[in-house]
Amino acid sequence: MSYPDYLWLLLGMGAVTYLPRLLPLVALADRSLPQGVRDWLGLIPVAILAALLAPSLFVAGPTNSLALGKAELFAAIPTLLVALGTRSLGAAVALGMGSFWLLSRFL
Amino acid sequence: MTRAQRFVILRDGAAAAWPICLGYFPIGLALGVLARKHGLAALDIGLMSLLVFAGSAQFIGVAMLGTKAAPLSIVLTTFVVNVRHLLMSSALAGHLHGAGKPFLAIFAYGVTDESFAVNMARFRSSWDRWRALVVNQLSNAVWIFATILGALVGNLVPDGALGIDFALPAMFIALLVLQLHSRIHVLTALAAVAVSVAWQLLLPGGTHAVAAAVIAASAGYLLLRRKENK
Repeated sequence: MSYPDYLWLLLGMGAVTYLPRLLPLVALADRSLPQGVRDWLGLIPVAILAALLAPSLFVAGPTNSLALGKAELFAAIPTLLVALGTRSLGAAVALGMGSFWLLSRFL
Repeated sequence: MTRAQRFVILRDGAAAAWPICLGYFPIGLALGVLARKHGLAALDIGLMSLLVFAGSAQFIGVAMLGTKAAPLSIVLTTFVVNVRHLLMSSALAGHLHGAGKPFLAIFAYGVTDESFAVNMARFRSSWDRWRALVVNQLSNAVWIFATILGALVGNLVPDGALGIDFALPAMFIALLVLQLHSRIHVLTALAAVAVSVAWQLLLPGGTHAVAAAVIAASAGYLLLRRKENK
């Protein structure tokens, strides 16, 4: 691929990434939405966080198959408990990394 | 805004952004290494990080470049993988009342899974759009730096050092816990986990997050309505 072609590719990738990030902000920031839509949007953070996280715990990457023995899944358990107990991001990240490091040496 | 106020905003933003920066670092390095393998120079991948700024889409893009995929199919794949940000920006919009168009244009550039998760958790307490913008832009700076560094010297870094690969999943777990405000939120999260895994297994291709989020939030919404009507 020539360099100008590469630049055009980046501009295309950038545009289709930027527009979904921008358009809802511009369209919705100064509008008061109906209560129903606000309730639905209020559930989006929890839904999307869980949806983003789940495959990294339960799906084996290379084969795209269900996996119940990943180091990520086992490390997630103490991380979850500490997060529930302390509600501290720092504690959860530190303990999660430590657990994962130990587990990935033995699994 | 005085200089002291600006300093406080920067400090608060940095205090919120550090887990993202920690997590971006190894991923950025890995992307840089992959880019080198596929024949991109350090500045090529740095330019991609600057113009696109989307971790998973950049991995897919670099891999597709390696297989000589058509540019149009790379752009379309990028769109499919990143369309989930429509949902995130829609949810963020409610916290950006009164921000001008130029602010929104700059803010939108830094809306990622990670900055969204951190900022949404913070917006419930004392948070404002300037601190949120610091989170976005600091993450972006670390991402660009890490991808360039990865292309230059990434092959010298050992894999899996200190469990750093788990920094972002651990951060998502903690932020998810902070979002569990009610029983309906817990049920919505469980539904999203199940749908996301099933969707990824049956229909791989990067659409699991947006599909599972819409389905689970809608199911949670129906539960909420039913509870109110009782």
